[in-house]
Amino acid sequence: MGVELIKDDDKQILTAFIFGEIDHHTASSIRTEIDMRIEKEKPKELELDFAKVSFMDSSGIGLVMGRYKLMSEKGGVVRVLNPPPPIKRVMTIAGLNRLVKITEKANRNPENSDPKGMTENENKQST
Amino acid sequence: MKTNKVLNEMRLTLLSVSENESFARLAVSGFTAQLNPAIDELSDIKTAVSEAVTNAIVHAYRDTIGKIEIYVKLLENSTVYIRIKDSGCGIEDIKKAMEPLYTTAPEEERAGLGFAVMESFMDTIDVKSKVGKGTTVTLTKKIHPKTYFSKSRTSNSNEKIV
Repeated sequence: MGVELIKDDDKQILTAFIFGEIDHHTASSIRTEIDMRIEKEKPKELELDFAKVSFMDSSGIGLVMGRYKLMSEKGGVVRVLNPPPPIKRVMTIAGLNRLVKITEKANRNPENSDPKGMTENENKQST
Repeated sequence: MKTNKVLNEMRLTLLSVSENESFARLAVSGFTAQLNPAIDELSDIKTAVSEAVTNAIVHAYRDTIGKIEIYVKLLENSTVYIRIKDSGCGIEDIKKAMEPLYTTAPEEERAGLGFAVMESFMDTIDVKSKVGKGTTVTLTKKIHPKTYFSKSRTSNSNEKIV
């Protein structure tokens, strides 16, 4: 459970690869880690990658909304990437798609950039 | 409608510490697995239980620790009945509390969507509350036992392996 942060200096994008379960208990440490990096790196764009999130309740919505608020105050944007179907359902109920862009895209995490990971993403798009 | 004979039941009492959010939803979903639900149905139940237990921790017992009582019964008509009870502060205005985006804990980044999620993921929800006495949330969901040819199951089992 946690988050791994990778900064793309050329594009000024900070990507947060969240993994494990997001609930009220885990959300606060994920939030703290992301916010510390935002303060340090001052990115123009924050990507929240949900590909490795196995569970999420409405605490995850609070997490995205809070980062959206923070980035907006700094003139930046937030994008949500690769939510698995059950997680996307929670996001849809919350109407999160009206606030931030939710997209599928090839994973830039070195660990996941194998061909297998690519097929996984293609499968998701077809469902 | 068939008789609602109880096939099995369980009771669980937990302290309102946030570490128990994950245990509570896993315990309830593990028990409900006896009804042979599809993976997406179990995921719905986990999410709803997580919301109810989190409400008890964040709101009912705000700044205190109390007991959360969970009662689950599995009925013969493939319905799971879940009751989550706390003896915390209670809800003054249930209707308002259930409004989407209404929250009394914005500083904790609560989205105000707990009840909305429970409503969408379960078939029925009933909330009873008394200020100073506590709140009882009752959730039910009809399980559609999975088959090997179930569409929703094949599409979902792929996703969950990740």
